[in-house]
Amino acid sequence: MLNPDLVGRTFTSADSVTVTKEAIQKFAQVLGESNFDIAPPTFSISITLDQSQSLLQGSGLDWTRVVHGEQRFETKRPIIAGDVLVGSSTIESARNVAGNEIVTVRSDLHDGLNLVVSTWSTLVVRA
Amino acid sequence: MSQLVTGQELPAKTFTINRALLIKYADASGDQNPIHQDEAFAKSVGLPDVIAHGMLTMGLAGKYLSDISGAEKVIEFSAKFIKPVVVPANTEVTLIVSGKVGEIADGLAKIELLAMCNEIKVLGVAKGVIKL
Repeated sequence: MLNPDLVGRTFTSADSVTVTKEAIQKFAQVLGESNFDIAPPTFSISITLDQSQSLLQGSGLDWTRVVHGEQRFETKRPIIAGDVLVGSSTIESARNVAGNEIVTVRSDLHDGLNLVVSTWSTLVVRA
Repeated sequence: MSQLVTGQELPAKTFTINRALLIKYADASGDQNPIHQDEAFAKSVGLPDVIAHGMLTMGLAGKYLSDISGAEKVIEFSAKFIKPVVVPANTEVTLIVSGKVGEIADGLAKIELLAMCNEIKVLGVAKGVIKL
């Protein structure tokens, strides 16, 4: 199970990510979106997935039993091509419900000092 | 889109999910978990077959939202993944998304979403908030 001491741990990526029109287009096309100037509502997951998984490496989570339970996005402004974003992820909570471990990771993307999007991924480790 | 009214039922849209789409989503999102591509692996971990990425299903529900308001006006979006979308080989799986307008206040409208696959609800308490 997740080491409870890790709740509150934050991982800030060293590198920024530059959003390309190609990346937006590739993601948007899968969903049938025809507007490639503005990222679809769930696009930020393609940036934050890596960092949230990096955060949980070595955390004690049994990855073979992890399922994605819940996802939430709060978007301050839409992501557009040319954005240079820096991500940080934090283990916000870890709790045990009916034998299942439930871990929530918050990932933020900033453009300079400005928050662009916050996402919360809730992972369930099946008992 | 004409003006939204609380309680209004929004027309359903149909999305098709197949194995090829899962590979495209894996490439676009970076989520290469083999349970979304490799049938033998999926079965080895107790799944009935390959399943769609929850975030693909949610992404398609997000397309439903952005069709209402434009992607730039979707400011909140959340869902629980309550049932997997099973995608057998050589099969077109139909996802039906519909919406109902919830509370409208301060220039924002809540949209409650329903996502059904083979008559099973696959997303729980799925909702978006759009700017009007």
